[in-house]
Amino acid sequence: MTYMDKMHKYGRIWALITCGVILAFPFVLAIIFGAWPDFLTFLNALYPIAITFWTVGIIEVITYTPMLGVGGTYLGFVTGNLSSLKVPCALDSMEKAEVKADSEEGEVISTISIATSSIVTIIIIAVGVALISVLMPVLESDILAPAFDNVLPALFGGLGVVYISRYFKIAILPICVMLLLFIFVPLLDSGTVGVMIPVSMVITLIYARYLYKRGKV
Amino acid sequence: MTFSANHPIIFIIVGVIIGIVVAQSVFFLVKAYKRGLELGIARSTLNATIKRSALFTIAPAVAIFMGLVSLVNLLGVALPWLRLSVIGAVTYELPAALQAAESMGISSVSYTDLTAQQFVTIVFVMTFGIAASLIMAPITCKKITGGMLKVKDKDKKWMDVLMTSMFVGMLSAFLGFIVCDLGFVNGEAGVEFHYQLEYWIPVFVMAISAAIMAVCGILIKKLNWKWLNDYALPLSMIGSMALSIPVTMIIT
Repeated sequence: MTYMDKMHKYGRIWALITCGVILAFPFVLAIIFGAWPDFLTFLNALYPIAITFWTVGIIEVITYTPMLGVGGTYLGFVTGNLSSLKVPCALDSMEKAEVKADSEEGEVISTISIATSSIVTIIIIAVGVALISVLMPVLESDILAPAFDNVLPALFGGLGVVYISRYFKIAILPICVMLLLFIFVPLLDSGTVGVMIPVSMVITLIYARYLYKRGKV
Repeated sequence: MTFSANHPIIFIIVGVIIGIVVAQSVFFLVKAYKRGLELGIARSTLNATIKRSALFTIAPAVAIFMGLVSLVNLLGVALPWLRLSVIGAVTYELPAALQAAESMGISSVSYTDLTAQQFVTIVFVMTFGIAASLIMAPITCKKITGGMLKVKDKDKKWMDVLMTSMFVGMLSAFLGFIVCDLGFVNGEAGVEFHYQLEYWIPVFVMAISAAIMAVCGILIKKLNWKWLNDYALPLSMIGSMALSIPVTMIIT
């Protein structure tokens, strides 16, 4: 059995365990407190949420699995925050380790990176929860608000300069298209970025294929 | 049992679930580390990856914790702790919780006023409303990664371009997102045109982050400061986040 086959096997076993405990959580609470939701109320609330987030979820699986690799996929979709943390973290690690994403070395580095990032995130949140009464007044202060409002610009500014300068030929068209769309289409706001990621990827892939066929990349 | 959204039993259950997820992460970390050594990757490279990823994670993780803080007044501490440690992002969790509350006729959610049935209903909606990727990923992973291997076998060079393009596509969408408050925006009175300086703040923060990264790149190349490689991205992130405070103060 190859390393990849083993990772799929372990990944599925872990997925059964983690899916099981996460999905069992509401049932356990209902049993403990002796309180079950009214079924129709539950369906009414679930329907609009499921329509949106199941669609987004399925798109995310198709979009991110190739970038995360085998180990990263089994882990990343449990621990979440893919586009704002796990994917950039894994790509930065592969870049610095000078390995390619489609190689087994890339798979190993990506998995180590995502696992570490997941553990560190969980530790930071757990420490925050333990100290929440002390931290809440500080973190909710107006002075610090701009710093936490701008995490994504801070992340993608640093990453952007590296990737745009390196892959300028591929990046220039999708960046211009996305900037124009987000500036001129009022419908596109911070809530629609999840939908626009696959759109942007498709545009980039078509353009990259065009450049590749002409031997320009 | 008397219900409270911050009941110790909920904390214990949440702690156990998070513990299982940590165990999964450690398991994959150890497996990948061992395989890395077998493949001949230097131990120093593997250790540097761990250190780099940990550093990279600090600022975004604090931001995720901020999301938790924003949910505490609505749902108590234990439930947001679970949802934001596994799967969730506050952009998913908050609408799910509010939708569940609305369907029960609750207009203003506060965990101190919630009955056990209302709280459990919210937990059911959040859990099953945001479960697609959790369930789908293990089902489709082998098929998708297998498909990628086939592309690689057929044309290795195109595979490299394809992987790069996917990330560049994601990056482009986020660059668009950063300017989403500029230009034509849906406001309270219909479509508005935003050009004022306050809407440029995310763009300025992005530019500062890019500038710090560029300076680090120059220092690494010109002065051969290779050690800076590990810190360049965390430095540009934390530096630009810190500078966003005076930038915002000056503009607003």
